[in-house]
Amino acid sequence: MSDIILEMKDILKIYPNGIVANEHINLSLKKGEIHALLGENGAGKSTLMKVLFGIEIPEEGEIILKGKRVYIKSPHEAIANGIGMVHQHFMLVPSLTAAENIILGVEPRKFGLFTNMEKAIEVADNIAKMYNFDIDVRAKVETLPVGIKQKVEILKALYRGAEILILDEPTAVLTPQETEELFIQLNKLKEKGHTIIFISHKLDEIKLICDRLTIMRNGKNKGTYKTEDVTTEEISRLMVGRDVFLEFDKEKANPKKTVLKVRDVSVKNKLGNLKVNNISFDIREGEILGIAGVEGNGQNELVDILTGLNENYTGNVLIFNKEAKELGIKGIRDLKVSHIPEDRMTYGCAKDMDILQNVFSNQYGDEKYSSKYLLKSKAMETRAEELIDEFLIKCNSFKQSVGMLSGGNIQKVVVAREFSVGPKIIVANQPTRGIDVGAAEFIRKKIIEFRDQGCAVLLVSADLNEVFELSDRLAVMYKGEFSGVFTNVEELTEEELGKYMLGLKKDEKLEGIIYE
Amino acid sequence: MQSVFNIIFSPDFFYDVLRVTTPILFATLAATVASRSGIFNIALEGIMLIAALVGVIFSAYFSSAWLGLLFALISGGLVGLFLGFLVLKLKTDAILAGIAINLMAAGGTIFLLYIISGDRGVSSSIKSLVLPKFPLPVIKNIPIIGTILSMQNILTYVVLLSVIVIHILLYKTPLGLKIRAVGENPNAAESVGINVHKIQYIAVTISGILAAFGGAFLSMGYLSMFSNGMTAGRGFIGLAADAMGGSTPIGALLVSLLFGIADSMGNVIQTGIKIPYEIVQMLPYITTIVGLAIFSYSKKKQIEKLKSK
Repeated sequence: MSDIILEMKDILKIYPNGIVANEHINLSLKKGEIHALLGENGAGKSTLMKVLFGIEIPEEGEIILKGKRVYIKSPHEAIANGIGMVHQHFMLVPSLTAAENIILGVEPRKFGLFTNMEKAIEVADNIAKMYNFDIDVRAKVETLPVGIKQKVEILKALYRGAEILILDEPTAVLTPQETEELFIQLNKLKEKGHTIIFISHKLDEIKLICDRLTIMRNGKNKGTYKTEDVTTEEISRLMVGRDVFLEFDKEKANPKKTVLKVRDVSVKNKLGNLKVNNISFDIREGEILGIAGVEGNGQNELVDILTGLNENYTGNVLIFNKEAKELGIKGIRDLKVSHIPEDRMTYGCAKDMDILQNVFSNQYGDEKYSSKYLLKSKAMETRAEELIDEFLIKCNSFKQSVGMLSGGNIQKVVVAREFSVGPKIIVANQPTRGIDVGAAEFIRKKIIEFRDQGCAVLLVSADLNEVFELSDRLAVMYKGEFSGVFTNVEELTEEELGKYMLGLKKDEKLEGIIYE
Repeated sequence: MQSVFNIIFSPDFFYDVLRVTTPILFATLAATVASRSGIFNIALEGIMLIAALVGVIFSAYFSSAWLGLLFALISGGLVGLFLGFLVLKLKTDAILAGIAINLMAAGGTIFLLYIISGDRGVSSSIKSLVLPKFPLPVIKNIPIIGTILSMQNILTYVVLLSVIVIHILLYKTPLGLKIRAVGENPNAAESVGINVHKIQYIAVTISGILAAFGGAFLSMGYLSMFSNGMTAGRGFIGLAADAMGGSTPIGALLVSLLFGIADSMGNVIQTGIKIPYEIVQMLPYITTIVGLAIFSYSKKKQIEKLKSK
């Protein structure tokens, strides 16, 4: 077993709030492999990696590195032991250059007192060249795109002598091209003998790049497999403990009258670039209009207009035949329009407030929960408990602050709030992004449920599976315009859709986007 | 009116500007170092006041202006460290801790002064010493420039030198790199093994020492005694100047000079025109408010420009 570089044995981690995040986990890594760590949100992957990186100290268990037991009590000691971590939220100082970030904490000196910046740039440049990372180390980090920032993070770890590299959901922030480039580089690192732990939800990426994978569920290790030995279905079954329905059997839509009318809407961003260009569409009760497209083609701007967040547009948005601009955000919400925002931490919830407060943040004025001056806490508590049950929010009680929950459960809190008002129109922007398969499936089912009850849904999603599964009609956005509309989603193929998404094909007539 | 202009465009006026700028610039540099490490040092005012009194007392006690200065600096460093302890160890809000230190300094200095001299207002009964003025060789012989630069108090030269030293510290040394990293993204600094609190302790101590220089200058150079409340808001002006100067030493120098000019102008107008004394006294503070307003407006524009990209 000489090729085993690292073993984590019997790791037990209980958080002060009583949550058992790691229940006697074993994990072993072979030298020079890319090892996937996957599991639902809240399965304990991040905790296990925090233990390995010295951010969390486990209650029990041991870490054996190259046959020797090591005690890692801080990130500094992890680094000294050749373990590096690339966090999901980059640990970079924006106003410093890439080189300065790379050498931070281990600065080369001259005359004992000063930073030797020439040397710093040289070593940073050398290490970038050694691993074929094409970056300008003199550039300030704040000016670099996300993909390059990630490379700086990886270089930072390599410069500190990392042999084992932990990557926490590295592709979540990357474009497809950047992802491809990252994979090429990870393979090169592997060839040079580095061991990589790759945390991800994306099964296709894991299949593509990882040698072995370990599946975690509810704080337990559900098994380690060679990637080629397991199918995608098996992995998802092990992850969620049941077979995820990759296909929904939803009934055919039964749309009724038009409730949302958008006519000739255009909007410019602050630089004066046209982000939404002359878009018109209708949505009727009881149907889901999906909007597919590569991110950044005007989807967010469109959603901001429909939900009243941006009023500086031209054209008309009619919600139940009322002009959206005149309604304002409150007026729009009073018409039972729900909004699941794309960025749940910024617009979706107040993370330091508890579940109850978050769930009621759009209903404080409702006389069921508030008399003229005081809130009716009993009624609110009962309702909060109902919602926690109905939306399967995993938590200790409604008094838990939302920030303590896992991503999937935070999203469920947002969805519970938005859906509990009995919405007539739902605007869902990336409703299942970055959350576990189980929670995603649950939210999708809820959306269909509301559609069947006569709710009109606008679904913006970058997840192709999701728009295919849910949409009754599907429009593709490209450079602020609709480049295609499909009323027969079942007959549409991914290849065909891709051509519209990338602007290779364009449908001028856009039949079926408007009902007259 | 004519005479006011004559005064303003005389070398003596600019000599006075440098003199008046000295304590403000010390305060501004102190604010810069602390804020760069991520701690808003609102205690500058109190630290200056304490150092001003400590300098007077110890210079009299040892009959040495230099030892007076040394103890003033030590007191400043210690109070800075104490602020660090409150904020970093006891997790107090930096603003509240700073206000507490300022109030303590305002009352404490009067108390101490009373015990030692029996006077609640000024230290004139204490035989304190003054730091020397200093002729600059060669430069003193150049007309105009010689008048402006030469024969300033030694601490005026120290403060100009400090601008360069702090600039080098922040941008050319590993410690400076760490201070900037800690102030901007403490998580990032910690993730590479930097002891964040240690760096912040060092920074507030340096900040305290710089503020103490300013305090000592007030009672041992600008005036030759301590009088209660003599800092007159210079610590706060330093914070404002730091914000306007973008937390850089060079910016600190330029903005402090601006405040120095406003201050000197006040002195000149006082002698030249019949305006109520109290209004003239307001000049430096009005400059601060106007300056801050202009600064935050332009910053807002800048951010909007960045955001729209």
